[in-house]
Amino acid sequence: MISATSLKCRECARTYDPGPLYFCEWCFGPLEVTYDYDRIAEVVTRESIEEGPPSLWRYADLLPVSRSARADLGAGLTPLIKADRLAEELGLTDLWIKNDTLNPTNSFKDRPVTVALSKAVEFGFKTVACASTGNLANSVAAHAAHAGLDSYVFVPHDIEPAKIVAAAILGNVVEVEGNYDEVNRLCVELHDTYEWGFANINLRPYYAEGSKTIAFETAEQLGWSLPDHVIVPVASGALLTKVKKGFDELVRVGLVPDDRQVRVSGAQAEGCSPVAVAFENGSEDIRPQKPDTIAKSLAIGDPADGFYALRAVRKSGGAVAAVTDEETVDAIRLLARTEGIFTEPAGGVTIATLVKLAAQGIVNASERVVAYVTGHGLKTPEVVDAHALARVPANVAGFQEVLGERAVRGEKE
Amino acid sequence: MSAVVKIPTSLRGLTGGSSIVEVPEGRLGEVITNLTDTYPELGERLLDENGNLRRFVNVFVADDDIRFLEGLETKVSDGQVVTILPAVAGG
Repeated sequence: MISATSLKCRECARTYDPGPLYFCEWCFGPLEVTYDYDRIAEVVTRESIEEGPPSLWRYADLLPVSRSARADLGAGLTPLIKADRLAEELGLTDLWIKNDTLNPTNSFKDRPVTVALSKAVEFGFKTVACASTGNLANSVAAHAAHAGLDSYVFVPHDIEPAKIVAAAILGNVVEVEGNYDEVNRLCVELHDTYEWGFANINLRPYYAEGSKTIAFETAEQLGWSLPDHVIVPVASGALLTKVKKGFDELVRVGLVPDDRQVRVSGAQAEGCSPVAVAFENGSEDIRPQKPDTIAKSLAIGDPADGFYALRAVRKSGGAVAAVTDEETVDAIRLLARTEGIFTEPAGGVTIATLVKLAAQGIVNASERVVAYVTGHGLKTPEVVDAHALARVPANVAGFQEVLGERAVRGEKE
Repeated sequence: MSAVVKIPTSLRGLTGGSSIVEVPEGRLGEVITNLTDTYPELGERLLDENGNLRRFVNVFVADDDIRFLEGLETKVSDGQVVTILPAVAGG
């Protein structure tokens, strides 16, 4: 860290010394880390970043963490895949998938968490916690274990079983009888009583900064250039807001040319679409919802950053759309079949939204498009009805008997 | 006959350190007016210049978000708990 200077309220601009604080004591607005961008621009170059570690920590100078205190499992620098087969299906010409399922705990949450828990170490917390729909719980428990911290991760009682297992093997899972928004509220109240570092409460300004790195990597992997349009899943809206901030910062410090405005579009499930509804209505007022969708990792009915996400979308000329659970599952299959990537429903929502926006011409063939696929399909196998083609005896004759015609087609010539 | 308002830690300096304040029951708007009449500085923090709740203040009556109820028109009965929390957490 060379340049994170203070925390600043996004609403009233009051400033605070960096600490485990997350909202403005005056107006309740969110606090955000500020940087000395001129100083960063003097010190950071494309080469200095490329010489850094093969993880998001190559962008350490643009993150609010000291070098000595890292809770690091190697998050980031995930593949950016040119998706020509999917592009062809959608009538696009220059489509890329950022495969963030390939993070240490198989979701993009490792980005904010490696920053938040590094900060927890710096602040001297012995125990960390979070309110999670599952992926964050996995990531907090893993990074806590690696950093030698205790963890308590709070999740709705009805999330996918694999996410409970993956978190429980690493840390202490607390299942809460309520939906995500109720879990979140409980944690906000617990934070008053327990001196824990809550990744997405009192460490939230730092946590959220970690998500910028997906934008940094996108630009670096595109040869230090900006895409025209990105499609980002929206739960709390923090990822989308920080993707926009990440691209803006790269321009601000001179790492990419200021030659195009990245359009940022958001993806939601119809069963939890408060930001998409506000976008459709031309409103700034995000009305909370009671979520009902298979995309449980996006099931935040009262998105903390919904307002800012909406503003980022509108300012950039993007859109927010919502898709059905059926469209989500179809998109999971489409992505698997065309590009060999198996995603959980959040990625299905993103791809289904891409399909929809492409059909509407909002995403178009003249654009370089990047879609963010943020979580692995093995975390949620129950949402897809996929089975073996056949069960056969362990001999050639048996195989041919069961598969008949289909097997003959594959014979060597 | 009174409602119970739970004050967030960050605002307890304005209530003489009290984490719980009892005010007369009524519609939520009246409960908040009663609260801010007693502690005027609290009003500046919770309400914007038009007297509406600030964007990043969440209020719950008996554990339900008032946006799922009737907002400031929500009835608060004797003994019910009103909780004020910052809205920018989570995700």
